[in-house]
Amino acid sequence: MSNTRSSGARTLWGVPAAPTARAERLVNLVLALLSTRQFLTAERIRTTVAGYEEAATDDAFYRMLERDKAELRELGVPLETGKQSIFDTVDGYRIARGDYELAPIDLAPDEATAVALAARLWDSPQLAGAARTAVTKLRAAGVEVDPTAASEVQPRVRTTEPAFAPLLAAARAGRAVRFAHRGHPAAPARERTVEPWGVVSYRGRWYLVGHDRDRDDVRCFRISRIEGEVATVGPRGAVTRPDGVDLVDLVARSAGPPPPSGTARVRLVPGRAAGLRRAGRPDPQGDPDVVELDLARLESLARWIAGHGPDAVVLEPPELRDAVIAALRASADAPATLSEAHR
Amino acid sequence: MSAEGVAERLPRLLTLVPWLLARPGVPVAEAAAEFGISESQLRRDLELLWMCGLPGYGPGDLVDLSFEGDTVTVVYDAGLSRPLRLSGPEAATLAVALRALADAPGVVDTDAVQRALAKIEQASGRTDDPLSACSDGLSGTVAVGMGRTPGNARAEATVRDAVARHRALRLTYYSASRDAVGRRDVDPMRLMMVDGSTYLEAWCRRAEGVRMFRLDRVDDAETLDEPARPPADAELREVPADATGLLAPDEGRPLAALRLAPEARWVAEYYPMEDVVADDDGSARVRMRYDDRAWMVRLLLGLGDTVEVLWPPELAADRAARAREALAAYGVG
Repeated sequence: MSNTRSSGARTLWGVPAAPTARAERLVNLVLALLSTRQFLTAERIRTTVAGYEEAATDDAFYRMLERDKAELRELGVPLETGKQSIFDTVDGYRIARGDYELAPIDLAPDEATAVALAARLWDSPQLAGAARTAVTKLRAAGVEVDPTAASEVQPRVRTTEPAFAPLLAAARAGRAVRFAHRGHPAAPARERTVEPWGVVSYRGRWYLVGHDRDRDDVRCFRISRIEGEVATVGPRGAVTRPDGVDLVDLVARSAGPPPPSGTARVRLVPGRAAGLRRAGRPDPQGDPDVVELDLARLESLARWIAGHGPDAVVLEPPELRDAVIAALRASADAPATLSEAHR
Repeated sequence: MSAEGVAERLPRLLTLVPWLLARPGVPVAEAAAEFGISESQLRRDLELLWMCGLPGYGPGDLVDLSFEGDTVTVVYDAGLSRPLRLSGPEAATLAVALRALADAPGVVDTDAVQRALAKIEQASGRTDDPLSACSDGLSGTVAVGMGRTPGNARAEATVRDAVARHRALRLTYYSASRDAVGRRDVDPMRLMMVDGSTYLEAWCRRAEGVRMFRLDRVDDAETLDEPARPPADAELREVPADATGLLAPDEGRPLAALRLAPEARWVAEYYPMEDVVADDDGSARVRMRYDDRAWMVRLLLGLGDTVEVLWPPELAADRAARAREALAAYGVG
């Protein structure tokens, strides 16, 4: 075997090469396994692929090869194991070109713009990194995805919560987690042990969804209300997500508005309360100053209507009317706690 | 020298060869920028690749590169003519982001997003369910649901088109701070998607300033027969970290000091706060800026007995007066 270049006889820019032995050996292994249709046995790899000759002992060589195989699989290189013929006693390795290579992909200009935008969506280094290398691969395959396409659009999904990265890693690794979480901003933080199924962005907020071991039930946790460190519990792969689970749906049911349970009728002063008017439906009885609104959560609708003071008056139902009047009384009778100290 | 791991470097090396192959004579600096590394790191990568090749490692077996000035060309790729297929995380981050874009009101043409999604999923997978076939999918572990009420699709399409073609727009817009619908002529500058809502950033001719318009509050939009001409000194905002940053009133706007009962603590998560002091009983004292007194009074009236005004006195007085008027309207004053 002669490898004049890696013997150090030549360098491109006259600078000493970085300590690159392992990366170089792995590239050589990929090239060798891609170029063969036969399974290469470990012994053959040792004698023909540059880099493995450096292993001083059999043990060292097998450890080296095992590590390298694991590394390639980790990167998604489809490493096949098999025997050349039934007479072979040991396994060999190869990489099927069809499985290795990115399949041909042809994106229309508007599709390429969508991909470029999608790649800019993430602000988490992990996710942004994966999206960027994906786009580079597409571009290496000759797909013209212009990373600056549609620069007049700035998409962003924010992932700045510190707990985001460890929770995502745990969900991917199938590992249970333990953390302190406040169910409500004013509630005390409680320790939770959760089998994470995934993280979901819903209405601009991130949630962890999973099985809460303490409560033995499915729960959604707002990630910004997690305090301190996220610890992993138990081995990798111990968590499996039940089939057919729809994470977004679980969060929507836990954090989103419930389905409407009734209808409210509200009288609006002409020209005022435009927000309520936009959200409402015209009065079926034809009164131009009355709107109908879906009643889902009594307290939040009462809050919204009470905010308008005399500009919006609830006609029905009575429990909504009472809730609004109670809120207004509290404001009318609010104690004077003014103090210059808060200036 | 960076202590870069082989896990970052190896995939780059494997992508670099086909990327260069598709761009003969590309400047080294351009390649470095594409891969997000320094030129010297790129040169080290090329040097490494130049030492790799097929068993035998004779002159015809090694990756060959040629350099001319500051450009590089792959002469022989040793079999690396196509990139490695997308990894699980790569395919999944793109797919999840595409789904998020498809869900976001008005950002892009949803049809194009759906077609792109189908092609990415097809090209990255080996089975019917490409994402789950990946060894280590982000698939399923990250999801994005916008959960917004859809706005007026026709108005959104008009806005998107005007932004792309740089045309001026006449908007019928609901302003939440003034709780009123009004007309304004604007010169579009940019669309911004933050926290699941889409905003048009535009020069507002009436306000003579750059303003943000939330797309689901555009009730109607009409393209004007003139190009968008924001003044040369109109500045785009920094893309804020979150929607709270978009809502933040300017420095110098009036300050309110409030005590929020536990039930009203959400206010401090929802609106930008100057400062928040949590008290032992679960309540919090906060200071927040507001643009518009009427808006602040609406917030206070809605919060009822879960908020106390600590400062300023005129805010407390306005609130009580509005509440008494309202009680009179109910006939219970």
